[in-house]
Amino acid sequence: MTARAIGEADGAFERPGDERDSAEIPRERGGIMGFLTTVDHKRIGVRFIVTAFVLFLFAGVLAALMRLQLAVPENNLIGPDRYNQIFTMHGTTMMFLFAVPIMEAMALYFVPLMVGTRNIAFPRMNAYAFWVYLFGGVMIYTAFILDVGPDAGWFSYVPLAGPEYGVGKRSDFWAQLITFTEVSGLLVAVSVITTVFKQRAPGMTIERIPLFVWAMLATMFMILFAMPAVMVGSTSLILDRLVGTHFFNPAEGGDALLWQHLFWFFGHPEVYMIFVPGLGIVSAIVPVFARRKQFGYPAMVVSLIATAFLSFGLWVHHMFATAIPDMGKGFFTAASMVIAVPTAVQLFCWIATLWTGRPALRVPLWYILGFFFILVLGGLTGLMLASVPLDLQIHDTFFVVAHLHYVLIGGAVFPLFGGFYYWFPKFTGRMLSERLGLWNFWLFFIGFNVAFFPMHILGLEGMPRRVYTYSAAMGWGTLNLISTLGAVTIVISVALFLVNVARSLRSGAPAGANPWDADTLEWRLPSPPAPGNTQGIPVVNSRTPLWDDGIVGEVRGLASSPPEVLVTSGLDAHPDHRMAFPTPTIWPLVAAIATTALFIGSIFTPWAVVWGAIPVTIAMIAWFWPSHAETRRHRALEKPPFAEIAKARGEERTA
Amino acid sequence: MSSVQTAAPRRDIDARALPSYGYGASSLMWWGTVGVMAIEGTVFALAIMMYFYVRTRVDVFPPDVPPPQLTFGTLNTLILLASCIPNQLAKKAGEREDLPAVRLWMAVCVLFAVAFLVVRGFEFAALNVRWDTNAYGSAVWFLLGLHTTHLATDFIDTIVLAVLMWTGPLERHRFVDVSENALYWWFVVAAWLPIYFVLYWAPRWM
Repeated sequence: MTARAIGEADGAFERPGDERDSAEIPRERGGIMGFLTTVDHKRIGVRFIVTAFVLFLFAGVLAALMRLQLAVPENNLIGPDRYNQIFTMHGTTMMFLFAVPIMEAMALYFVPLMVGTRNIAFPRMNAYAFWVYLFGGVMIYTAFILDVGPDAGWFSYVPLAGPEYGVGKRSDFWAQLITFTEVSGLLVAVSVITTVFKQRAPGMTIERIPLFVWAMLATMFMILFAMPAVMVGSTSLILDRLVGTHFFNPAEGGDALLWQHLFWFFGHPEVYMIFVPGLGIVSAIVPVFARRKQFGYPAMVVSLIATAFLSFGLWVHHMFATAIPDMGKGFFTAASMVIAVPTAVQLFCWIATLWTGRPALRVPLWYILGFFFILVLGGLTGLMLASVPLDLQIHDTFFVVAHLHYVLIGGAVFPLFGGFYYWFPKFTGRMLSERLGLWNFWLFFIGFNVAFFPMHILGLEGMPRRVYTYSAAMGWGTLNLISTLGAVTIVISVALFLVNVARSLRSGAPAGANPWDADTLEWRLPSPPAPGNTQGIPVVNSRTPLWDDGIVGEVRGLASSPPEVLVTSGLDAHPDHRMAFPTPTIWPLVAAIATTALFIGSIFTPWAVVWGAIPVTIAMIAWFWPSHAETRRHRALEKPPFAEIAKARGEERTA
Repeated sequence: MSSVQTAAPRRDIDARALPSYGYGASSLMWWGTVGVMAIEGTVFALAIMMYFYVRTRVDVFPPDVPPPQLTFGTLNTLILLASCIPNQLAKKAGEREDLPAVRLWMAVCVLFAVAFLVVRGFEFAALNVRWDTNAYGSAVWFLLGLHTTHLATDFIDTIVLAVLMWTGPLERHRFVDVSENALYWWFVVAAWLPIYFVLYWAPRWM
């Protein structure tokens, strides 16, 4: 059976390209156009990581300013209005523009490499996701510099952020920033999930997926189901402010607590969207430096999935100080304690791995040890906060500030810095300095504890969060000064990291493909990997393919123009088909600019949604519309799934 | 490309023998579409949750206004359900790679889309409440607006794809797009049914 499509004979289809067509290889373009049009997951991943890190530095500077203001009682370095904007920008940046995006960016860079494929699924959509994210960040910092930065806290509670009290445009910028980051995050999530299920190297069955990839997969599913809540929330907020809806207006049958439910139904899983990738990084680093395979792989995978599920059952513990029924509080207390179990399981598995291995104390492992210490302390205060009577006492005090920084810096930033040291050679081909790295680690570790441990005591003594100053008579001066000294130490530590990066980029020791003798597939490739990653996708038969001769073959015969990717089956990673992947294009950038005009315009007039939709639609159609040359190249490689088509036609299957 | 492989390749796979696309769950487009459906399904569920949350804030429901008129909402439900027939025929034609049938049924789908977008306009006019009347009105307009956004985007998607199937440039992989476009349409119809009962019948039954 030839199974020619009806119509193919009469010329409805593009004529297949000849040999010359398929030989012209669209390599990564250089120059400014190459920069603007790239769809390579590594280039987009690196610029995502760099952007998120720059925003981390911005938010860190804001944190340092707050610590300077609070260093002594009755300080007047920063006034109350600016201080409100500063703590709101600090929290908003760290949560929405740094922590979640940088973890997504790590997935964008490493998931395709670790599963052995040539690009992320939907690469143009990822380019769009990056631009939208970048423009959102530029918008909010422009607003902040112009003194219209948001000032109602990173969770933007109504009625403070609502039309009655949140006058001006400050909270509207906040609400649209959320839209920018969520659009970007959701698109990356869909791409990573598809990549993990459909583009794994042949032989990488689900019980051979690296734990880092499992962690990212769990995270992306959390993003898929949690981020819609904050999008619905921020859209309702801006509608209340802009066109007079009454979602959060109790006088017209709305309810301020509805906002808190919507926000925390997203906000609590968000903590785990930041923390679970951190767990993935720990699981990538621990076995390599313990020089043995990870202990308890199945328990680790089940724990990651359990954490992702349970994270959706905790949100009300942020609302213990509201009029929630006691029965509800009891449930959420129990759930908040239960989620400690899967994390503890993973901790014990890592300890077992290190205990029975031969640990090599290099900088990445030091960061993981720092993670153990800080995270456990943050987890313990989390259990304290999960109990309602204690929570009522210390709600909205510095105790909570201490707790959340122990969890987020311990659980995510320490693994992330460990990950930077571990993977920097892969990004750049050069090693970071070990000596500067140790200084960086110890100053960070000591500075962190000096900065944040005193806040526990300040909170128990009753110092509230989000106050721009306090009276000397309260007796909080000494601990605040100590805390500020800790913050200065962290600033020095991060500055040393930047020095380390700059020196390494200029004159770091060459790394080679696999400087740590690591086990996963990204280390098989040269550092940094070439565009398109690999011509021959590996065939694997092991969970740790580089440690036990687990690469047993290669996939041959994939075209490089257009770049073809092997698509495999979801569970067993059995070869299914080869697919021509998109080539570089300017349209994702154009569509992102049009989207930005729509989002920013809608802060000022609802009609922007109508008029702004027109350029967005045009850009999206131009993005989708195929060219003759591209279609010819695809046709040259085309091979229909004859059996499937015959089945759809009700014909007998033939070989 | 250099590599640090330690073993000589033994189980090579020749990809040239594999097809260059596949239908349903074997295609990446299916996974992308299902991912988007998961996100938007969550958004619909949350919007319905908001509606009932607002319901708990008042004693009389709907507060101070009559429920939406049934005529246009019910008519549109029937049109949406009827549109499933050409939609499924377009999907099957795509999977058979039957180009004339794809062109025909996609054109019929576009006509249906025009019909329900027009009727949707009358639906908005017959809600008996404005978005700024009270929180109930806000929730009603949010739900209907959300679903209308999906109708409009899928209308544009379908037109663009239908035009491409008429004019080219064509490759056979586009038949997968036809199939996935139809899958998404099923989702838009399936999402409408609970919204229809919430908007038009919950105020009468509760």
